Amino acid sequence: MFGLNAKDARLYIIVLALLLFAPFLLNPFPEGSGLAQFNAGYPDMMQRLVIFGLFAVGFNILFGLTGYLSFGHAAFLGVGSYAGVWMFKLLTMNVIPALIISTLVAGLFSLLIGYISLRRSGIYFSILTLAFAQMCYSLAYSVLTPITGGETGLQLSLDDPRILGVQQTAQGNIPVPNLFGLPMNAATTLDVGAWSFTFSVGYYFAAFVFACAFYFTIRLFRSPFGLMLRAVKSNQSRMSYTGLNARPYTLAAFVISGMFAGLAGGLLVSMDPLAGAERMLWTASGEVVLMTILGGVGTLIGPILGAGVITYLEAIVSTINSTVLHNWFEALPDGLENFLVNIIYPFVGSGWHLTLGLVFVIVVCFLPGGIVEGGKRIGGLFTRKNKSSDSVKADSAAQPGPGE
Amino acid sequence: MESIILQLLNGLDKGSAYALIALGLTLIFGTLGVVNFAHGALFMMGAFIAVTLNMLLGISFEVEDPTRTDFLGNVMMVDTPYVVHWFGESFGNFLIDWSVPISVVVAIPVMALIGVAMERGLIRFFYKRPHADQILVTFGLAIVLQEIIKAFYGANPIPTPAPDAFVGSFDVGRILGFDAFAIMYPYWRLVYFFFAAVIIGLVFAFLQFTTFGMVVRAGMADRETVGLLGIDIDKRFVTMFAIAAIVAGLAGVMYTPILSPNYHMGMDFLVLSFVVVVVGGMGSLPGAVAAGFLLGILQSFASMTWIIELIPGINQVVIYLVAIVILLTRPRGLMGRKGVMEE
Repeated sequence: MFGLNAKDARLYIIVLALLLFAPFLLNPFPEGSGLAQFNAGYPDMMQRLVIFGLFAVGFNILFGLTGYLSFGHAAFLGVGSYAGVWMFKLLTMNVIPALIISTLVAGLFSLLIGYISLRRSGIYFSILTLAFAQMCYSLAYSVLTPITGGETGLQLSLDDPRILGVQQTAQGNIPVPNLFGLPMNAATTLDVGAWSFTFSVGYYFAAFVFACAFYFTIRLFRSPFGLMLRAVKSNQSRMSYTGLNARPYTLAAFVISGMFAGLAGGLLVSMDPLAGAERMLWTASGEVVLMTILGGVGTLIGPILGAGVITYLEAIVSTINSTVLHNWFEALPDGLENFLVNIIYPFVGSGWHLTLGLVFVIVVCFLPGGIVEGGKRIGGLFTRKNKSSDSVKADSAAQPGPGE
Repeated sequence: MESIILQLLNGLDKGSAYALIALGLTLIFGTLGVVNFAHGALFMMGAFIAVTLNMLLGISFEVEDPTRTDFLGNVMMVDTPYVVHWFGESFGNFLIDWSVPISVVVAIPVMALIGVAMERGLIRFFYKRPHADQILVTFGLAIVLQEIIKAFYGANPIPTPAPDAFVGSFDVGRILGFDAFAIMYPYWRLVYFFFAAVIIGLVFAFLQFTTFGMVVRAGMADRETVGLLGIDIDKRFVTMFAIAAIVAGLAGVMYTPILSPNYHMGMDFLVLSFVVVVVGGMGSLPGAVAAGFLLGILQSFASMTWIIELIPGINQVVIYLVAIVILLTRPRGLMGRKGVMEE
């Protein structure tokens, strides 16, 4: 189907279905119940899920296939979001030109940075990309303030030219990003009993972009080009002995993944037209590395899972405060309640990064293959116990990633 | 001329910090073959040892001061630090005043302990893993350490003053025969530079003149042959890691009066120190030290007003630019051996 083999087609349809029904699936708890804070089915959250999924999928094209660990990928996301906001300021509030320009500008940047960085490999490559990203970050904060808005970030204002659109709405507000007149923040709510599901234009647009990009990624993974990239990862010198120059392939992979990051940045500002330099900080680059590792490097579904888990955890964990914790452990005796709250408190709320770092260390130590490998291992346990009935299940759980 | 000397001096203290951190990084990399992204966190922990000691010495309780009364005629309560109470006025205040230099003594065993715990608890499982895994696990560790510090000390910088004797500036210009007050240089920065020079000298002497150091140097040059000679190089790893941790920690302790420590100072210095190591040459100790001073001075020259006016923003990016040029034209760095870390 569409040039995909049966296994990939099945995976793709599952992902499509998940994207389509996400507003239902991510809202399992009724409104007003104590568990409602664990719902992720609100537009802002779902948009972040797919956008960071897109970012991680793109990063995986570089890191997963070629093995080049870039530590400055957030720079492309930042550049993409600046380019997107500038399109909103200068041209029109329609998101299509903004997305195209973000992708192209990020592509140009990655071409330049990739051309230089890819002359070295291994640890040097990581440090070079890190140096470039830090350079972009400090420039965006200081000298380039007229272009980037410096510390306040790049915002829309009422007197932007917007030559193809309106400067301000009839009410005198800044217009919102839209898709040919369909505003991104429009949403309809469906109430079913105690549940309330929100369907937003922004989410479905982002999901559509993601679906296209993911289709492209599957095709790329299965293409001869993808095979070349894997050859770079497994043994670059052997590849050059056969007379192939690895650099054009790695550069192409770098640019493609940079364009994915730029597209993600463009989508971010399409949902909320504000771009800031902190998106380029190297911790942001570290976060996308973690997403990819946590999900499973070099697999198709891994980065999506990783991005989902990290984004969800970040949103949920950082909202938990001591009051919420006290509510949870209300039933326990006072001493025990306070003890538990004090133990957990440093890890939640503003301590989210502590949890993130711990997850990082634990995953790299014990589960280098990420969630996908974990799923395979668990699947393997079931297969050994009950071979005939569970083997089919285990196969479908274990994603059709590259046979590494 | 005055301004050139001033910038040279300004570059020295930052360069000393870079050199010390890069020295530790290179030691760890050269002996253990591990790329340690948590090294900046060690620098930061050192700084917070000084902060902690400063706070501990300052813990006070209220005592009645019979010589003073408030406007109602009651005896006034005065905050008195415990150390003053215990050791008397002069020695107690001396301890509080000299908290930063005293922290150096405290930091040596504490940093050694932290280093050993890190190596035994985590890093040693990664000797055989690919460099990407080492980068990632130490990166995670760095986040954890920095967040722990943030949880205890908050996100704001905590000023930690130098001893009163070193407050103020030193008139370098007069010594060199320029006008008085032309070149003023804070005493503490001078102290920091000499301190760094002593530490660097000690590390080199240790490597050069002891049998242990000889084995370590041999291991850096050719680990396999050292192993064939029947020497268990792995046993020296813990010690080397501890030494690197101490060097980074001491660099942090002494840096506190120059820059009020905050939880992300380690990360800020780490990225630059990596660049320093790359410029100096992976695995080359003299290279790391030379590049540290060189880049520190270069950065301070790039901060001169007329240069910034000429090329805006150059002070922010000059180090990265140098690193990029070096990596592209001379990938092994200034003093590195050929083929290190190329795979």
